[in-house]
Amino acid sequence: MSSKGVWTISEWGEDRIKTISFELLTRARPLADKLNTELSSVLIGRGLEDETARELIYRGADKIYVVDDKNLESFIVENYSAVLTALILKHKPEIVVAGATTMGRTLLPHVAVKVNAGLTADCTSLDIEEGSGNLLQVRPAIGGNIMARIKTPEKRPQMATVRPKTIRPAQRDEKRQGVIIRERFGNEIIDSRVERVGHRKLDTGGAEIQDADIVVSGGAGLKKGDNFKIIQELAKTLGGAVGGSRNAVDRGWISYPHQVGLSGKTVTPKLYIAVGISGSIQHLAGMKTSEHIIAINNDPDAPIFKVADFGVVGDLFEIIPLIYEALKEAM
Amino acid sequence: MRIIIPIKQVPETSNVRMDESTGTMVREGVESIINPLDLYAIEAGVQLKEEHGGSATVLTMGPPSAEKALREAIAMGCDEAILITGKEFAGSDTWATAYTLSSAIGKLGAYDIILAGERATDGDTGQVGPEISSFLDIPLAAYVSSIIEITDGKATVERLLEDGYETLRVELPALLTVVKEINFPRLPTLGGKKKAKEAEIPVWSRGILEIQEGELGLKGSPTRVDKIFTPKVLRDGMMLKAHDEQSAQNAAKEIVKFIKEKNLLQ
Ligand SMILES: Cc1cc2nc3c(=O)[nH]c(=O)nc-3n(C[C@H](O)[C@H](O)[C@H](O)COP(=O)(O)OP(=O)(O)OC[C@H]3O[C@@H](n4cnc5c(N)ncnc54)[C@H](O)[C@@H]3O)c2cc1C
Ligand SMILES: Nc1ncnc2c1ncn2[C@@H]1O[C@H](COP(=O)(O)O)[C@@H](O)[C@H]1O
Repeated sequence: MSSKGVWTISEWGEDRIKTISFELLTRARPLADKLNTELSSVLIGRGLEDETARELIYRGADKIYVVDDKNLESFIVENYSAVLTALILKHKPEIVVAGATTMGRTLLPHVAVKVNAGLTADCTSLDIEEGSGNLLQVRPAIGGNIMARIKTPEKRPQMATVRPKTIRPAQRDEKRQGVIIRERFGNEIIDSRVERVGHRKLDTGGAEIQDADIVVSGGAGLKKGDNFKIIQELAKTLGGAVGGSRNAVDRGWISYPHQVGLSGKTVTPKLYIAVGISGSIQHLAGMKTSEHIIAINNDPDAPIFKVADFGVVGDLFEIIPLIYEALKEAM
Repeated sequence: MRIIIPIKQVPETSNVRMDESTGTMVREGVESIINPLDLYAIEAGVQLKEEHGGSATVLTMGPPSAEKALREAIAMGCDEAILITGKEFAGSDTWATAYTLSSAIGKLGAYDIILAGERATDGDTGQVGPEISSFLDIPLAAYVSSIIEITDGKATVERLLEDGYETLRVELPALLTVVKEINFPRLPTLGGKKKAKEAEIPVWSRGILEIQEGELGLKGSPTRVDKIFTPKVLRDGMMLKAHDEQSAQNAAKEIVKFIKEKNLLQ
């Protein structure tokens, strides 16, 4: 039987489908359309109602494979891999995409080996090649300095993980129809060698930069840690979150969960304000898809200006206080 | 306790320069180093050895010059090293790399723990570690930020997720990929450097690994790099200079106006 269909791997946690699942549907819908095939999503977990699965149909999927089992409550890679491997071998999808999250980046390599398939990590764009119908996978390499386009010409399925927050989540359309298929497994999917014994939540201290509409980020241009409060105050005044470049994080001015960029987080707020950040390619990789970008830097040649909608060449210590004044007048 | 640490040699890329016309990295004068994230795996291995006794073996698949990375690992406290090299391995993707490394690990005999870096800074995939565990069919804990204890043939580890930390207990042998938070890698000691200089490093090729030719290098790689290009930077928006008080004031006003126009003021 030849391979057919495009699959996304949905993520589920704390009683809700995670946003990355809807982003994957935005990415995968055009692939399925170009191949003239179905778009399916796999939902693995415990206590999964039809209502929950239907949400994925509203967001663009045609078919949902639900695997609901008490042993799948939390993500244990061996168990999830056994389930996904069995599903792939049974239904033979042509393309499988998951989020480049801690789950996707652990699960997909594990499965790729089991099903003897190629896997491309951390893609920023996916497309179908005309003629061959191959999946074209574009991803950054060497610290974002180059982009590589990758193909998997022979092996199936073609597998990829996709960077979170690099595309908008699919919109909801309650008129969409689809089918929900429940797949059952026995104890063969449980690896008794692994046990999850606990979980503690990270105190992000307001670091939810991936959900914020406005992100104000500071870099080495702030000169010292004390000055970082300028960024914190500006973010607070604008009702936004605080970000930082790696230089700022490495110097200990702000903690790692706030780092924006290739080795930190990717953000797509409505407004990103970069203050004293040069705009290295690695930093740009994490913020250049923001809707609007403002940059303040005293070096007119700083690369950050290339991605800015609005740039101010000048001393941040002089300009930020003036922004406050102007804000007071405007608010 | 037998510890195995796969490490990769990578170009030092913190100051990478790109040739704009060809879209490739300028390699002249670029030094080769141990993948910075593998230093944490080496340190974790040496610490386990200090605590539980045993030995640490580092292994790499790469060009003959990757021997330097192995010697550096010995200088940090590892006991022995193996270099997997040969032109037949060239062009390996993560699948073929993991397959080759798993075959080599299989040849090494019994082991308790494999420690890999979170990802390599050149390929940047983070796939090889999990893939090795899948090939060897041993438990996997990825993104490990702390090894809490090893008792009764089990390792209790904490791993860093998006929203917090998770504790796993895995039966040994197991593979862990480790993140920055786990430790502070030590510098090589004088004694270590001497040991490193004198170490005999066996070189393994396809024959020793008993791998079929179609399963390694480019031939054994499901994925193909089709094209390489430099990322395009878009926009080029409005620029204002703030070189004196007047122009700074104007710039600040314009910024606020911009934010207001986009309906972003609450
Ligand atoms: C594998 C790899 C991954 C990386 N990942 C990331 C990542 O995720 N995120 C990231 O950010 N970086 C990352 N980097 C690092 C990146 O290459 C840069 O080193 C870093 O982004 C620079 O931070 P910066 O812009 O704060 O500092 P700098 O490059 O030092 O820039 C400071 C800027 O401030 C300006 N400035 C100085 N004084 C003032 C003033 N008074 N007023 C206004 N402007 C002023 C300067 O003109 C300069 O442009 C990574 C690097 C590598 C190799
Ligand atoms: N060629 C290689 N030789 C040995 N170990 C490797 C090699 N490539 C990758 N690794 C290991 O796998 C980890 C992840 O690499 P990668 O999947 O390439 O990002 C690295 O941190 C190393 O521990």
